[in-house]
Amino acid sequence: MIATESLSKRFPRVTALDRLSVDVGPGVTGLVGANGAGKSTLIKILLGLSPATEGRAEVLGLDVATKGGAIRERVGYMPEHDCLPPDVSATEFVVHMARMSGLPPTAARERTADTLRHVGLYEERYRPIGGYSTGMKQRVKLAQALVHDPQLVFLDEPTNGLDPVGRDEMLGLIRRIHTDFGISVLVTSHLLGELERTSDHIVVIDGGKLLRSSSTTDFTQTTTTLAIEVTDSDEHPDGTRAVREVLLARGIDTHDGSGLPGAGHILLLTAEGEQTYDLVRDVVADLGLGLVRMEQRRHHISEVFNDTDEARDDQRKEAVGHGG
Amino acid sequence: MAVEQTPARAGEQTRIHNIGYRNYDGARLGRAYARRSLYSQSLRGAYGLGRSAKSKVLPMLLFVVMCVPAAIMVAVAVATQANDLPTDYTRYAIFLQAVIGLYVASQAPQSVSRDLRFKTVPLYFSRPIETVDYVRAKYAALASALFILTAAPLLVLYVGALLAKLDFADQTKGFAQGLVSVALLSLLFAGIGLVISAVTPRRGFGIAAVIASLTISYGAVSTVQAIAFDQSSTGAVAWLGLFSPITLIDGVQTAFLGASSSFPGGAGPSNGEGVVYLLVVLGLIAGCYGLLMRRYRKVGL
Repeated sequence: MIATESLSKRFPRVTALDRLSVDVGPGVTGLVGANGAGKSTLIKILLGLSPATEGRAEVLGLDVATKGGAIRERVGYMPEHDCLPPDVSATEFVVHMARMSGLPPTAARERTADTLRHVGLYEERYRPIGGYSTGMKQRVKLAQALVHDPQLVFLDEPTNGLDPVGRDEMLGLIRRIHTDFGISVLVTSHLLGELERTSDHIVVIDGGKLLRSSSTTDFTQTTTTLAIEVTDSDEHPDGTRAVREVLLARGIDTHDGSGLPGAGHILLLTAEGEQTYDLVRDVVADLGLGLVRMEQRRHHISEVFNDTDEARDDQRKEAVGHGG
Repeated sequence: MAVEQTPARAGEQTRIHNIGYRNYDGARLGRAYARRSLYSQSLRGAYGLGRSAKSKVLPMLLFVVMCVPAAIMVAVAVATQANDLPTDYTRYAIFLQAVIGLYVASQAPQSVSRDLRFKTVPLYFSRPIETVDYVRAKYAALASALFILTAAPLLVLYVGALLAKLDFADQTKGFAQGLVSVALLSLLFAGIGLVISAVTPRRGFGIAAVIASLTISYGAVSTVQAIAFDQSSTGAVAWLGLFSPITLIDGVQTAFLGASSSFPGGAGPSNGEGVVYLLVVLGLIAGCYGLLMRRYRKVGL
């Protein structure tokens, strides 16, 4: 879907992208990076709107430097910022954007009705956008990116400004864009955890450089921390400690989560695969304790950054002040 | 592209109640069509069509105000069996320049400031169109809207003149000259209005700035012209007209389109001076276009 080859973008005072080479296949790909890591710059280049300083990039097999128009006809784009005029209705706006993508008038109206329904806007679509909630506006922005049935869609921070429920709904919708609609997705976020749930593949960039590109399953295998909480029993007045001792005997190091909320009641351990889950279950059952919770604590993006050497860290700090 | 996607979705067609996502494999009409769509949307928008009821009021009202005097003149000419219309076709727009100015001031910011303010411009450029398409569509749309505004009353006059059985050849010639004149005026005013409004995302500033630039320049030019005329330096009167949009149009049509000038003393520019007027008008139109292109080159994402 997307291939870049030592793609660089330098502005007079900052390097936004630094020899970035990455391949993105079909499916949902999460592009993760701190603010200013170069995510938006990359999208601009991929849409053929901003020339790269050096290197090359292809989207859907088309060179971004020469085939920008053809790319933009087959790709959808949902910007990070507000982009909706308040005094027109969602239907009118999306019909207009469909026609701007080259759809004939009748098709534009049909596709608009379909797309707005798919993103979850019903009766309110005839009202002016000015009166919509943030969640509804995000849906309209998504609808305008999908209305021309692109092969690939770029979503720039689609969960920005949404409450937790809205976030989950948006992430579910993004998942459906691929599974139900058959459209590949490149979605950016500065939260790794939220993209892990929806993406097939994660690309992490920082300071314009590629930190990591791997499938989500690889990611979770190496980064999952398991948090468990158990009940106490008469036999084991301190259930947490009992579990900890047994696990230690079985060769698994645990951490009491000191410094984290719920410290003292939870145990943190590194899950190395399916067998760890089974082991924990068996140990707790053997001790006759109740398992209150066993959940994945996924690493925050910052922990991925900590893996890297100091030099990159410094570069990121330089880039952060300059926006995407 | 549709061909390549078909195999993956063949299974979906076997469902009986398929209310799921439907792919689009119809025509994609590309960049030129997108530009035309933006043009027609902007032209409709200039009369409030496809927008709220409130935004229809002012442009429609101004349109009516433009046409009513023409209708009255026609009624008078028919009723009194006059030999000629009370006014020349070319003079009509000059008489009603305040209305035209108000229209430009209200609709030019509406056309471009809104896109800037609500950041819709980046969305347009994520579509197949390029900067040049956006600028041309917006410019052409506002110029067309102005042409409709200024040519409609001329049409009323012309139809009325024919109904009053005035001389056909004479009237047709006058009507044609009037159309050329308002076409130039539409291009010039649209360019000036768009350049000023494209600078600011605030619609209010845009409106005020357009009104100010049109009325202040006209007020200053006509005042100085009057003073120059009083001091009987008629040569200066003609050259002073170069400094405001409406006197420029007046000068061009006086020199080339058989119009009588509204300059003090009725002394418009001669043919030689008229060439300068025409060049300045065309230069301004080209300059406005160039400035708009420059303005939008940087407004990417």
